[in-house]
Amino acid sequence: MKAPSRSTALSRALENRNFLGLLFMLPAAALLLIFLTYPLGLGTWLGFTDAKVGRVGEWVGLENFAFLWGDAVTRLALFNTLFYTVIASIIKFALGLWLALLLNKHLPFKAFFRAIVLLPFIVPTALSALAFWWIYDAQFSVISWALTRMGLIHRYIDFLGDPWNARFSTIAANIWRGVPFVAITLLAGLQTISPSYYEAASLDGASPWQQFRHVTLPLLTPIIAVVMTFSVLFTFTDFQLIYVLTRGGPVNATHLMATLSFQRAISGGNLGEGAAIATAMVPFLLAAILISYFGLHRRAWQQGSGDK
Amino acid sequence: MTTAQATEQPVDSQGMNYLVSLPRRICTVYLPLGVFLFVLLFPFYWMAMTAFKPDAELLSREGNPFWISNPTLAHVKKLLFETQYPEWLWNTILISVVSTFVSIVFSVLAAYAIERLRYRGSRYVGASIFLAYLVPPSILFIPLATMVYKLDLFDTRLALILTYPTFLIPFCTWLLMGYFKSIPFELEECALIDGASRFQILVKIVLPLAVPGLISAGIFAFTLSWNEFIYALTFVSSSEVKTVPVGVVTELVEGDIYHWGSLMAGALFGSIPVAVLYSFFVEYYVSGLTGAVKE
Repeated sequence: MKAPSRSTALSRALENRNFLGLLFMLPAAALLLIFLTYPLGLGTWLGFTDAKVGRVGEWVGLENFAFLWGDAVTRLALFNTLFYTVIASIIKFALGLWLALLLNKHLPFKAFFRAIVLLPFIVPTALSALAFWWIYDAQFSVISWALTRMGLIHRYIDFLGDPWNARFSTIAANIWRGVPFVAITLLAGLQTISPSYYEAASLDGASPWQQFRHVTLPLLTPIIAVVMTFSVLFTFTDFQLIYVLTRGGPVNATHLMATLSFQRAISGGNLGEGAAIATAMVPFLLAAILISYFGLHRRAWQQGSGDK
Repeated sequence: MTTAQATEQPVDSQGMNYLVSLPRRICTVYLPLGVFLFVLLFPFYWMAMTAFKPDAELLSREGNPFWISNPTLAHVKKLLFETQYPEWLWNTILISVVSTFVSIVFSVLAAYAIERLRYRGSRYVGASIFLAYLVPPSILFIPLATMVYKLDLFDTRLALILTYPTFLIPFCTWLLMGYFKSIPFELEECALIDGASRFQILVKIVLPLAVPGLISAGIFAFTLSWNEFIYALTFVSSSEVKTVPVGVVTELVEGDIYHWGSLMAGALFGSIPVAVLYSFFVEYYVSGLTGAVKE
């Protein structure tokens, strides 16, 4: 290919899509490489050092990880994180799917409902968590007040002071925040399913449950996989809710990996140790992503090959 | 997925719905929906009630807590005149607007390059953008904190303006790639033949057609930066530089006596701006949310 009319090297370069592509990519790529890729590597490296606030760390190999493995609090935080993620994700999925199915019915003011439902997801989590903190207050909780008036309980519930109560209370707040996301994204998936499938199924005598099980669910699986991957990632790395509601207490019962790494690294000054905890989260995140990725691919392959 | 996406429009998927009787419908649809709405909205109602309720009513177990007998503006007054709340509000607006703007500009260029210029390796770059989107701030804040400190940015707004794009750019780029993909190539080819440069094509042809995408990305990026917490908590320590979520959580919660009224007023006024903005652009927001999850 010749470039006869254009004379300068610059204008020729600007015709070249590789050069131009590089130029257009430059701002975003530079920012992401400096403030995302580099810190990602730096964080992993810090996990293998004894860095403290104000002191450059020395390489200590697996020492941090060995220490953390034997550390009861870290183990508890790992347990809490898994418990929090599994329970919250399952309930978020069930409630989110239910809400999506409800919103997909022919309703008056449908758009309005859909807009309202997403509110918990768009307001700052730290601020809605404060509202939950107040709702969970040991002395003036409105839930306790209502339950006492109904005669169901006789003493105010200590929502955040007892380890298991605190775990379930934080999970409830997390579900409150996550259900709208799951519901609205699944609703978008539901709306892409053609109604003729349901008509065909009901003509064949399929019950509502059978329609759900054999029409809705299979067609919704790809989007469920993606939505739940996001949901699991957000839940596993949650920080704000715990930080505001309990700061990891009582007696570390609600510490998650993220809050513990913050406590060790920023409040405690042990950057190396905190970074090691954060790095330890990566394999779990990768596992979640890979499971959903290969799950999706199997799905695509099935859909491509069969008539299902 | 491909055929399903083509017919994307609000359709009532229960084709035989009219067969379901009204009482049954009330039990299976309206009642559960009512409970969902009640639970999802109650914390906001409670925030608003608490923000305007006098302390005497707040700290009493008598009477009906769901209503206010003597509404008061004392908490709001305290929040506005005795704390640095107005400054936090200003910081949040400034940081959110600047980082959103920067991210949108960078993302438009990157998304156009990946989706339209199709330079060598653009597919891999597109995939890594998506992966970057999955990197959670909770594993980045420690190394970023050390960098912020070294760059002498600790306790400045610039620290947040520079770090927020790390989660905004991947999201916006991914979203805009989807929008750019839907613009016909023929339009660009015509312009190229007429002698337009790539930059002119981007500004005069692609961007006007991608306005809904730009609004989606902008709204989403703005709320994400407004809601950001962990970076703002870690990289900033002076009260006058804090953002609303961090300021309310760290500065208004002091000591053993909680000032629930002003705390809830702070939470309410920190939530209202995003809620109002969201209410104007619900459709864009939802399409951004679902668009980012699809593909």
